[in-house]
Amino acid sequence: MSTATDRRAPDDRVAPADPSTPPGGRSGRDALSEMNNPHRARMVKDVVARIVMWAAFALAMVPLVWILGTVIAKGFHMLTTATWWTGNQRNINSDDFGGGARHAIEGTLQMVGFTALIAVPIGILTAVYLVEYGRGRLAKAISFTVDILSGVPSIVAALFIYAVWVTTFGLGRSGFAASLALVLLMIPVVVRSTEEMLKLVPNELREAAYALGVPKWVTVVKVVLRTAFSGIVTGVLLGIARVMGETAPLLILAPYTKNFQRDLFNGNFPTLPMMINQDRGDFALATAAERMWGAALTLIILVLLLNLIGRVIAHYGSVKK
Amino acid sequence: MAKRIDVSDLNVYYGSFKAVEGVSMTVEPRSVTAFIGPSGCGKSTFLRTLNRMHEVIPGGRVEGKVMLDDQDLYASSMDPVTVRRTIGMVFQRPNPFPTMSIYDNVAAGLRLNGVKNKKTLDGIVESSLKGANLWNEVKDRLSKPGAGLSGGQQQRLCIARAIAVQPQVLLMDEPCSALDPISTLAIEDLINELKNEFTIVIVTHNMQQAARVSDRTAFFNLKATGEPGRLVEIGDTTRIFNNPTEQATEDYISGRFG
Amino acid sequence: MSTVTGVSAADQVPGPDGQQPLQGDRASTGRFGDRLFGGAATVSGIIVIALVTLIAVFLIVQAVPALMNNSASFFTSRVWAPGGEQPAFGILEFLWTTVTASTIAMLVAVPVGVAVALFITQYAPTWMRRPAASLVDLLAAVPSIVYGLWGLIAFAPVFKPVQGWIESALGWFPLFAPTGISGGTIFFIGIVLAIMVLPIVTALSREVFDQTPTAHKEGALALGATQWEMIRTAVLPFGRPGVISASMLALGRALGETIAVTFLVSALSDGSPWTWSLFNGGETFASKIANNAAEFSNPGKTGAYIAAGLVLFVLTFVVNSIARVVIERRKAFTE
Repeated sequence: MSTATDRRAPDDRVAPADPSTPPGGRSGRDALSEMNNPHRARMVKDVVARIVMWAAFALAMVPLVWILGTVIAKGFHMLTTATWWTGNQRNINSDDFGGGARHAIEGTLQMVGFTALIAVPIGILTAVYLVEYGRGRLAKAISFTVDILSGVPSIVAALFIYAVWVTTFGLGRSGFAASLALVLLMIPVVVRSTEEMLKLVPNELREAAYALGVPKWVTVVKVVLRTAFSGIVTGVLLGIARVMGETAPLLILAPYTKNFQRDLFNGNFPTLPMMINQDRGDFALATAAERMWGAALTLIILVLLLNLIGRVIAHYGSVKK
Repeated sequence: MAKRIDVSDLNVYYGSFKAVEGVSMTVEPRSVTAFIGPSGCGKSTFLRTLNRMHEVIPGGRVEGKVMLDDQDLYASSMDPVTVRRTIGMVFQRPNPFPTMSIYDNVAAGLRLNGVKNKKTLDGIVESSLKGANLWNEVKDRLSKPGAGLSGGQQQRLCIARAIAVQPQVLLMDEPCSALDPISTLAIEDLINELKNEFTIVIVTHNMQQAARVSDRTAFFNLKATGEPGRLVEIGDTTRIFNNPTEQATEDYISGRFG
Repeated sequence: MSTVTGVSAADQVPGPDGQQPLQGDRASTGRFGDRLFGGAATVSGIIVIALVTLIAVFLIVQAVPALMNNSASFFTSRVWAPGGEQPAFGILEFLWTTVTASTIAMLVAVPVGVAVALFITQYAPTWMRRPAASLVDLLAAVPSIVYGLWGLIAFAPVFKPVQGWIESALGWFPLFAPTGISGGTIFFIGIVLAIMVLPIVTALSREVFDQTPTAHKEGALALGATQWEMIRTAVLPFGRPGVISASMLALGRALGETIAVTFLVSALSDGSPWTWSLFNGGETFASKIANNAAEFSNPGKTGAYIAAGLVLFVLTFVVNSIARVVIERRKAFTE
């Protein structure tokens, strides 16, 4: 404590201070010079850290801009042709230009719509169980399994459905089979987001309903679910957006066709990802490449549209705190 | 040596909202000054300007002057980090770093300033804990987590942490309001000892506490809701409590409002 | 209704003449509806458990016959010939490729992801926070097949010279030895995977960093810490379990990624020599299965692929469990 410039170093403070000398400003120490001199190294580190963080963000933006830029630039042209939105790929070969994507667009929408039809009720009811009814070991087991399910790779889900549907039951590949695999992938998304929304509903609302003599299931349906509704819808839309781009189940279970196909249950089924995959081997051909980019852009537009609608609903419909 | 603080005509803003207006006061070295006043009158806000912590909130800024002896705390060349190293703060809710042991908590400020020598650290940690009247209770479990102590002990740990870096001034923002009466008493005794070495400023909503621990008292008030807070009166504690000059001070002290 | 569970004790008490509990009033109609609805909810939950159990069961059941027929060592052989009279298949190659590519992805995505999360929560100006977060989340919204397409056509040609440069500078080191393969190397795939899982790391880390109690941040600042020091003292230690968990989830995602990898891999020809080089080709579990979906009509072959899928399932299961355990332990500690 005796030097004027550095109050940290002196070894005369090493020995355990006797109890009567409290720490703190003793005489002679002049902290003034220190007031303007925090260790330069610390300042440098602070500035470097700041630069690094900004740089990291910039780095993360590079692929985003690059990917979106490429897809838009290369796929845009296809989307401006009228046939893209009205026709299919019948009689179009790899080195033919263009063709339509309507079969794939409709196919994708149909498939994910069907998936949602199955996954959403199961997902919402499971979330309802976890939040409103579940206590104890069953609830813990369910929560654990939902976590496991969310970690299952799409290829494994596809293999499972293959093992059940095709190998065991002997039924053929179809859009429906792929849909089942997508259900497996969508359920955990719906469960988790619905759970979050239900937990956000204040308990006071439930208690008010019970106090009015309303049975529990009516409370859950008419009060809780209704309050959480927009949030749940958002979660569902985000889940749909996610499974829309899943290709692995399609590779295993829903072979592509160039024609219009409305039947989910029989035969090959057209989807946007599989349309892209179709031309994969010919990517060096300008015509094929352009088609792939066009399909990719269409897919991204659909996904982003769903995301956007979901966020808008979340914003305007949410429970205001 | 503990320093004096001179504040001249300080206005505190958050964005365009004026939170506190026109404060001028002197805080004597090695004394305890208490800020009292009703909730929302700006005493904590003003306290935070003394170590530039108000700048942590976006839009926080001041007009006016705060001098530490003859150093202008708000000079453009003055780095807030330096100010905060010199003027320590203890908060309302004890906030020991949860991932650190008791030892590491007290040493945190020292390590940040580059002190690495283990013997030095040991010495300062021990003397700080002794200075905070916590040494005997924790000397056998220095490596245990800081968050495992009781509320009163945690607050004393935070005080030890603050004094370990040997600040010139110690600011305390309602340090006992989250504690039970016995811990409160322990901290008040501690403040009485600490004032021999430090300049202490304490914000309290408990008038009796102010009367017990402080040498000087400053009374803050609002003119009306929505108006900025201001310093109404400052003076020796005994005089403020027995013979206040301003009517508002008298009203507050006798419990007619607040 | 006197209790939150919807079951009223009054309903169990026998009626005035000592017979059945009170019927016909609103409470018991509610009771039936409650049983139905509650039952439906419970059944849904059980369906989920059943599904996961079935996944494990079916995969095992269908893999076992193929495994028993296997003349090669499943875990250590590099040969993959599951068809014919003498099936011989081993997953060593896939294991190596999958784990290495995913590890590379982690090594890149975690530091960058954490830095971006710190940027968004600690450094970005307030007006910038939500847009920045949304932009990073946008990376996650891009379907994986688009990543594959972009990687194949746009990124690979740009990466080739970079690889060439690394090979010439560091080629003496076994990890970077040139193998004559460029394009779908393990390294390249790792980089693409890193971009894909970055948003996961960032989103979860962001959440944790945001939850750092202000009291601790202010405590550090009041001691005279710089912003970076405050982050090191208060934010990062607090967020460490969350970051670990996020990394595990990202790893799990990278391990299981199928279509992007399928687009990009350079499959190795049979009998190519073993090399530690990251610039080697090779298929992952997922891409191998996906690329050979056409062979599934043969039950013997299918079993081999299912066995591979089972290994992948176990891998991701273990990784995700670690993530869960880390978070659970942390929650128990703070509650």
